[in-house]
Amino acid sequence: MAAQAQAASKPVQGGIPWAWVGVTPFLLFAILFLILPTLFLVVGAFQDPDGNLTLANIGDLFTPSILSAYWISIKVSLASGLTGAIFGAFMAYAAIGGGLPNWIKPTLMTFSGVASNFAGVPLAFAFLATLGRQGLVTLFLMNVFGLNIYAQGFNILTFWGLTITYLYFQIPLMVLIFTPAIEGLRKEWREAATILGASNWQYWRHVAGPVLMPSFLGAALLLFANSFGAIATAYALTGSSLNIVTILLYAQIRGDVLHNQNLGYAIALGMIVITGLSNLAYIWLRIRSERWLK
Amino acid sequence: MSFIDIRNLKKSFGTNTVVHDFSLSIEKGEFVSFLGPSGCGKTTILRMIAGFELASSGSITIGGKDVTYLPPAKRNVGMVFQAYALFPNLTVAENIGFGLKIAGASQSDINTRVSEMLDMIKLPHLKDRYPYQMSGGQQQRVALARAIAVRPQVLLLDEPLSALDAKIRVSLREEIRALQRQLGITTVFVTHDQEEALSISDRIVVMYEGRANQVGAPFEIYNNPKTRFVASFVGTLNIFEAKITDRARGAVSIDGQTVVTSRDLGDLGNGDTATVALRPEAVRLGTPVEGRNSLAGTIGEVAFLGAVIRIEVKLGESVVSLDIFNDPGLHLPKIGDQATVVFKPEDVLVIDPT
Amino acid sequence: MKQNRIGHWIAIILGSLYFVVPLIGTFEFSLRKLRGVYSFEAYRVVLGDPAFQASFLYSVGLACLTIIIGLLLIVPTAYWVQLRLKRLQPFVEFVTLLPLVVPAIVLVFGYLRLYNSSSWLPLTATARGTDILLTFGYVTLALPYMYRSVETGLKSIDVRTLTEAAESLGAGPATILVRIILPNIRSAILSGAFLTFAIVIGEFTFASLLNRPAFGPYLQLIGANRAYEPAALTIMSFAITWACMGIIQVVSRNRAAMRK
Ligand SMILES: Nc1ncnc2c1ncn2[C@@H]1O[C@H](COP(=O)(O)OP(=O)(O)OP(=O)(O)O)[C@@H](O)[C@H]1O
Ligand SMILES: [Mg+2]
Repeated sequence: MAAQAQAASKPVQGGIPWAWVGVTPFLLFAILFLILPTLFLVVGAFQDPDGNLTLANIGDLFTPSILSAYWISIKVSLASGLTGAIFGAFMAYAAIGGGLPNWIKPTLMTFSGVASNFAGVPLAFAFLATLGRQGLVTLFLMNVFGLNIYAQGFNILTFWGLTITYLYFQIPLMVLIFTPAIEGLRKEWREAATILGASNWQYWRHVAGPVLMPSFLGAALLLFANSFGAIATAYALTGSSLNIVTILLYAQIRGDVLHNQNLGYAIALGMIVITGLSNLAYIWLRIRSERWLK
Repeated sequence: MSFIDIRNLKKSFGTNTVVHDFSLSIEKGEFVSFLGPSGCGKTTILRMIAGFELASSGSITIGGKDVTYLPPAKRNVGMVFQAYALFPNLTVAENIGFGLKIAGASQSDINTRVSEMLDMIKLPHLKDRYPYQMSGGQQQRVALARAIAVRPQVLLLDEPLSALDAKIRVSLREEIRALQRQLGITTVFVTHDQEEALSISDRIVVMYEGRANQVGAPFEIYNNPKTRFVASFVGTLNIFEAKITDRARGAVSIDGQTVVTSRDLGDLGNGDTATVALRPEAVRLGTPVEGRNSLAGTIGEVAFLGAVIRIEVKLGESVVSLDIFNDPGLHLPKIGDQATVVFKPEDVLVIDPT
Repeated sequence: MKQNRIGHWIAIILGSLYFVVPLIGTFEFSLRKLRGVYSFEAYRVVLGDPAFQASFLYSVGLACLTIIIGLLLIVPTAYWVQLRLKRLQPFVEFVTLLPLVVPAIVLVFGYLRLYNSSSWLPLTATARGTDILLTFGYVTLALPYMYRSVETGLKSIDVRTLTEAAESLGAGPATILVRIILPNIRSAILSGAFLTFAIVIGEFTFASLLNRPAFGPYLQLIGANRAYEPAALTIMSFAITWACMGIIQVVSRNRAAMRK
């Protein structure tokens, strides 16, 4: 570290850009543990087992079982992303939109920090203990209201169960991402609209809504990507009974269940494309909204 | 009856009363400024006129109609905010047309009015820009057009110029005044800049701690400040505590030297202390003149301010500042020189000690 | 206005219920191990389990290593970029955000292919090598959070002026970084460190696929085989996350207070 900093502070000489030496360890690390591994899969997706170029793996992604894995993943992510975004936005607005005691906001933020990081295996356990067959809420509904949600077709190990579970970190994440956008709404905008005759609804329809929309969509996309790549919660919750793409890929990595390594690479590539696109869209939307809210 | 009538207005936030018993009448087409230091309640009164704050007691009438408890949208007032407050997602034209659109005007009516407004603020070429693509001065002109577009009966401006740099501030304030004259719109303008208030107002309300300290035309406020606060806030007055030595002659004593004032000493008598004030530009350096006051002292400070030079003369305990016009042929006194200051009896103002 | 406020209250209360009920449910469930009475038996069993102790300690060690390596990598880089390579900033920022784009499972898939026992750098051939790979993997996962944290810290102080002032007094780059910059961004570093700890301690995907005996896979294993112990472990995990976030709060509040 010291040596590196030493070298880098020397003036430019002999054509070696010394300033760049300072970031070499970082770049080296990024190449070795971030870029090369990703690139390896991307390239592998376009090769057959003998290393020849082919599009067959990409084509094979469109077989029903793989397609359905992607589709379920997308559905879970859309459902938890959108629902999370909506509820998170409401909570953020409720906490800072005025009218509530001052301590609500910091409490909500701290709690959101915790809950948005409380994912993975323990989260699955928490929901099993709550909404599983012997869970607290399940038993409560049964004993107090005589309502057997399992008899009504609910199951924590399914699509909706997983979505509800994901919301536990999606909503707080939304609160964290979206709060700055709401705080960027200036009081004067509402007053200016009001004095020009706008009703509350018209203010939201013409000003606050459009101003918040890019941030909202961007955040929803981020939530989408966040749950699309998640596996630990789903795996601990459902084992391999729910066919989402991360669990499929997990099984493939463990035991080559597809009997084609390169098809596995193609699945990985598909995931990168989906999360990559949603992140790109997120960045684009964020630049738009920051332009307004600066 | 005046166009705007504010009677015994009071406003408290919790136990903190920030506006006390404020009354003011404003004529139709008048341009009135609220001038005062930060926190004196200017914005609060303006916001009560707009309807954003409700009065704790008292009443506000506009055009003969009691609006004290009317919501802002029903008052037909326009407002310009300190930090522009343009809608960031709308273009200049859409911002200006916002009020008309809400009122349900037809698109062609909106377009006509918007171009009219754009011509008025001399920005027709920026009609499709977004606020973030414009300078502060341009944004504030658009904000002005947006407020005027709906033909409000009153225009309220809360320190509309204080976020702008000095040059634009001066040119835009002249523009605002010209527009206001042209449209004849009743205007209340809040500022804490005395020069601004003096230069554009028909009348000024000097405020201090939630009260109107003095109300009057700029000339009146500047030349005849009624209170010590007004005197010190408007301009840079020399203020002295003077003991009355001969009330009949108007003679008072400042640091042992006698000064005569032709102003009314009110109900003060011999031996009482009066607060008297002198404008820097009313005082001259020179030799004693018959019929004028002259005081002897030493030069304490000579400061070059551009067009004028401010000189401080020490008279024992107290100090007199005086302004002389800059002139290349001028022979400036040096610090420590003996000097005599000369001024007329009618320039010795007698003010309220508060 | 009044009506509005009621809506706000409802949103907050419903939200709080959704977040608190599972915790209560889990806690209640964790106490049910002994038939008919509430007890901390599940906790006792878990804490006494040698596999728990081993995997937990393993993960704590790994988290610490991740934090150290991550900081050694990130702090000088962020400092250097801020000071000398401003134009590189968007690029570095982009790289640090990549781990949010490439899912962890994809990343570890790449590792397994790139560093397997028959590759040019056979890290997974030995347990020690795999540990190193796992640590680097965690550094990658933590990169977005740690970098952001450190960068925020650096932006809040005037790096250039501080550096130039120190240079004019004859300090070398290493001295500047350790004696001047680090103390000034201490709370940012601590925030990043505890966030990293919270992420690494229960991580499942990397550890499971690299076959290392970490806490995450242990949790999963217990979950598949026991009834009440997982609930006890969940409460403990939540407490750890909570503690990490709490410390971050305290640390950054102290900083805010110091600035005032
Ligand atoms: N919503 C509020 N709640 C409590 N106190 C307030 C509120 N609004 C204003 N005040 C207080 O009322 C007093 C007057 O405020 P006001 O904004 O009218 O001052 P001002 O003259 O406009 O000052 P400035 O020149 O700084 O804008 C201040 O002491 C302020 O703290
Ligand atoms: Mg104000």
